[in-house]
Amino acid sequence: MSEYIRHDPSGRSAGRVEKNYFTFAEPPNEMILDSGRRLGPITIAYETLGTLNADKSNVILVFHALTGDSHVAGTYSDNDDKPGWWDNMVGPGKGIDTDKYFVICSNVLGGCMGSTGPASIDPAAGKPYGLNFPMVTIADMVRAQKALMDQLGIERILAMTGGSMGGMQVLQWCVQYPKMVLSAIPLATTTRHSALAIAFNEVARQAIIADPNWNNGNYYENDKPNLGLSVARMIGHITYLSDEAMRSKFGRRLQTGENFSFNFEGEFQVESYLRHQGAKFVERFDANSFLYVTKAADYFDLTRQNEQASAADAFSNAAARFMVISFTSDWLYPTYQSRDMVKAMKKNGLDVSFCEIEAQWGHDAFLLPNQRLSTLISGFIDSVYERL
Amino acid sequence: MKGFDNQTMRYDLQIIASWIQPGSKVIGLGCGEGELLQYLKEQKQVAETGVEVIESRVAACISKGLTVIQGDINEEVADYGDATFDYVILSQTLQQVYDPLALIRSMLRIGKKVIVSFPNFGHWFVRFQLLYTGHAPITPQLPYQWYETPNIRVLSIRDFRKFAREVGFSILKEATINTDRQDKTGNYISFMPNLRATYGIYLISQKPENLGS
Repeated sequence: MSEYIRHDPSGRSAGRVEKNYFTFAEPPNEMILDSGRRLGPITIAYETLGTLNADKSNVILVFHALTGDSHVAGTYSDNDDKPGWWDNMVGPGKGIDTDKYFVICSNVLGGCMGSTGPASIDPAAGKPYGLNFPMVTIADMVRAQKALMDQLGIERILAMTGGSMGGMQVLQWCVQYPKMVLSAIPLATTTRHSALAIAFNEVARQAIIADPNWNNGNYYENDKPNLGLSVARMIGHITYLSDEAMRSKFGRRLQTGENFSFNFEGEFQVESYLRHQGAKFVERFDANSFLYVTKAADYFDLTRQNEQASAADAFSNAAARFMVISFTSDWLYPTYQSRDMVKAMKKNGLDVSFCEIEAQWGHDAFLLPNQRLSTLISGFIDSVYERL
Repeated sequence: MKGFDNQTMRYDLQIIASWIQPGSKVIGLGCGEGELLQYLKEQKQVAETGVEVIESRVAACISKGLTVIQGDINEEVADYGDATFDYVILSQTLQQVYDPLALIRSMLRIGKKVIVSFPNFGHWFVRFQLLYTGHAPITPQLPYQWYETPNIRVLSIRDFRKFAREVGFSILKEATINTDRQDKTGNYISFMPNLRATYGIYLISQKPENLGS
């Protein structure tokens, strides 16, 4: 996902939020991962908005995409000019209304924004894990989130939502802990990565691995593989937009003047944009984390749960009410993938709604202010809440 | 004039609603903004599903709390197992379907009962226009010019009865009605309905001998 961090023009804000930390799986009770390896202790960074009601029936979980974090909305301080990544959706009177609902967003396991990941200190070695960090999967991320719910004493989740890799966590929750999830809104996501999506991730990973500074993941005391990581980010940004979005945003416009400079300085606006995005990204993201998290998304395949064979089987134990949303110009997780998901849900007799939103901004459309999306989400969640 | 609980709902939809057993499982194909489904959900406690192709209408339905899938009705029906629904409703859409026979067969497969309604092309005003003006008819029920109409399969009440005999499904109920211009009120027509009714509404099912085939 891209960064569209700016204040909501409506001026409404979830207000002040703070990052909390929960640590569990202390040895010898480490968490057993899908890979069979054990990991612990594990820290999960999370933020909450709104107020938990007395019977704990107003909980909404929001999951971030590949490079997001727990900072979903609101600001950390009064002079903080960077609100959370979904500030247009989460807040008082917004699509996810923090006046009514209690919203929780945590940083994924394997991430680098407060949760345990490859940049965290390995207690056994006294230095960052690097490549000694075990491979984590979407199911492992969900296990860690479940531990957080247990800690907070939350047994039922009114609604959960997330786009892209956040949507994978939504789907995984629905089959892994079906009794806990009342409703689910997978946005711009898929039950399994296509070869196309894996291919882009692999090129991005290779850009990092090819950077001499990467040094097999041991770079925490030296120069970081910023060149590789920024190229990885540039590749990502191409997949988040669309032909149409790029045409209207950049076209063939040049940064300065009308004439070509006949060099490699990056004079096309689109070149400059991608370089800027890459340079900004390396300031906040860990290259190893990028490798692990993209791999987790590539491994995700809901149709392989419990050695089952088809997507229809994958949802056989799901029980949530679903609203699946796709966007017309999303070519990373195209609408046909959402339709396949809906078809599998229908075959299992699940209560599923589906809407394909007309949007020109490509995969990133789910992050941008969109009245249709806000109305759909608020109407859907309200109807689930009213049925309680 | 026949009275119903919900006077704001279109008269033909009121009749359809009166045929639905409370607590049943219903799918509305081409459900628009969900007027009928919302009524059935609130007044008859049905478990509803809608299928609608236009995004804005789908969004309107979901925002009201209805379960609706955006998609083509001909494709969406294929995903459901036999007799999944108690009722399958196709309200005033049959005349816009490219392959009505295939759709009716699918509906009879996924539903125990099927409700179909359509504007009657045999109505005297339709006949009158063609006969006296020589123009393709434009009526309150079929309000489009020939070059912009979505109604590509106009049929009469007599056509539908013949269709039932040929295809081999049972007509369990028939309501031939005449409505006002806004379709809010109306009355049943039992005398010469093919000439006098603006709409035909049918409750149909597979013939017992065809079940399971």
